[in-house]
Amino acid sequence: MSAARARGARRGEAWIINGALLGAAVVAVFPLLWMISVSLMAPGEASTAPPPLVPAAPTLAGYRELFTRADMARNLVNSLGLAVAATVLSLAFNVAAGYAFAKLRFAGRELLWRLLLGMMLIPAQVAMIPLFLMLKEAGFVNSYIGVLVPSLANVFGIFLVRQYALAIPDELLEAARIDGASELRIFRSIVLPVLRPILVTLAIFAFLGSWNDFLWPLIVLTDDAKQTLPVALAALGREHAGDSELMMAGAVVTIVPVLVLFLALQRYYIQGLLAGSVKG
Amino acid sequence: MTASARAPGSRARPPGARAAWWFVSPALLALAVSFAVPVVAALALSFTDFDIYGVADRGNVRFVGWDNYRRLLEAPLFWTALRNTLYFVLVGAPLSIAVSLGAALLLNARAARARAAFRTALFSPVVTTVVAVALIWRYLLHTRYGLLNDLLGRFGIDAVDWLGDPAWSMPAMILFAIWKNFGTNMIIFVAGLQAIPADLYEAARVDGASRVAQLRYITLPSLAPTMLLVTILTMVGYFQLFAEPYVMTRGGPAQSTTSVLYFMYEEGFKWWNLGYASAVAFVLFALMLAGTLAQLSLARRWSRL
Repeated sequence: MSAARARGARRGEAWIINGALLGAAVVAVFPLLWMISVSLMAPGEASTAPPPLVPAAPTLAGYRELFTRADMARNLVNSLGLAVAATVLSLAFNVAAGYAFAKLRFAGRELLWRLLLGMMLIPAQVAMIPLFLMLKEAGFVNSYIGVLVPSLANVFGIFLVRQYALAIPDELLEAARIDGASELRIFRSIVLPVLRPILVTLAIFAFLGSWNDFLWPLIVLTDDAKQTLPVALAALGREHAGDSELMMAGAVVTIVPVLVLFLALQRYYIQGLLAGSVKG
Repeated sequence: MTASARAPGSRARPPGARAAWWFVSPALLALAVSFAVPVVAALALSFTDFDIYGVADRGNVRFVGWDNYRRLLEAPLFWTALRNTLYFVLVGAPLSIAVSLGAALLLNARAARARAAFRTALFSPVVTTVVAVALIWRYLLHTRYGLLNDLLGRFGIDAVDWLGDPAWSMPAMILFAIWKNFGTNMIIFVAGLQAIPADLYEAARVDGASRVAQLRYITLPSLAPTMLLVTILTMVGYFQLFAEPYVMTRGGPAQSTTSVLYFMYEEGFKWWNLGYASAVAFVLFALMLAGTLAQLSLARRWSRL
């Protein structure tokens, strides 16, 4: 009898837990679903009380306006190009350094590493004003080079790669050295294949970081035509505050690419999140 | 690994020492140019009167000692921004962590079904673009057409002017931030929960410990290191409030959502008081550092108890 009651209590608990999870999931996802719904409404349809949940007759008018009147296609291309470039740069700079900090011995390695970890305590915004002035001096304000400079290398990226590279057995590298392989050859044909999962992680972080970045492109790019999607969207939100369908169409265009990327590669993303949260 | 394993001719030099510099120097150079040098320059800049005339001609820049910092302490708007930021950090961060922990406990519960799907759904706001979701929320929070007020209305609660009433603007911002960010800490907490040995719970059950007692005496103490890390990361993140007020309220109403970073942005890039804005950046950095050190020392004191 008490076993039956325990089973009953367990079932009740399962209902409560899964019900709570479902409720939380609905709250998390609802704003995103509603964004899509509103983006398909006819102009003005969303500005009624009470607000409709689904469009009466789905239309692409919001998107059409977004790409014609607001000319957001340019910003989409800018964001895409910058995110791809930032990803390539991040891989080019951080991977080699992360590997070297993990597996190659050189004078001052430990001191440098501690210095880099210390740098992680300083918020990026502290560097922004002088970096802006340096770029202005060099003529890179309002240029994509200027936007990309902070994405060249970052300590978190080096940290991620280092954490992962620490697990490569030294014997593997030594054996290749004895066979006369150059360090570059070892890096290319032994290290990079082993590091592949973390390279995917690093690439996602770089891409999302660039795509979602707001303050730096807002500062460096002054030309509307050169702006990234988030900055252009923020400007749209300030100018056309009442035009909800248009804004939600812009939000969809901004969010859907990164959401799809995340859904496709979430295993790698979450691995990076956890690697970053463990002390090195 | 061992000396005998080294290739002949490499002498005392460890393997790959020269190559190592080729591997690290591009990244180190990039970090120096894009970060280390600017940080040092920011400190120097914060002691100058670099403004719009300085932008035009460096000859106009003067060293002014602590003037910027002194002016900052006398600026009412800076104190408002500081108060708003602390409100956001001290209320928003703990609430956000509590929601993350609750979600993690649910996800990790033995009875939970379809974990992967729930995890993905709960985490999805984290990867979205702040500006875009801030626009969605600005609309959700709209006084007349917003769904939130519509929902509250069904329970007989009067419409709240979320983003137009100085008393409600910061709570609205916190609500939005929790929705946007709780997934990150949830994932970290789930990993922490999974690292707790199952036999601890087994032993507690044998001893007849209740669920609440297990949470209080096993789960929470075991999560202490995770909690410390999460608290520091969350606090540091919440100090950097900027895009949310920029998009949702422009720092208003009545400057009730002007954050320290928003203040820095306006001083620096709207009014071109770059020396003054650099001082703001350093004050923000000092606050974040002080908060981090306070957390660490509190944690050390607690672990000694």
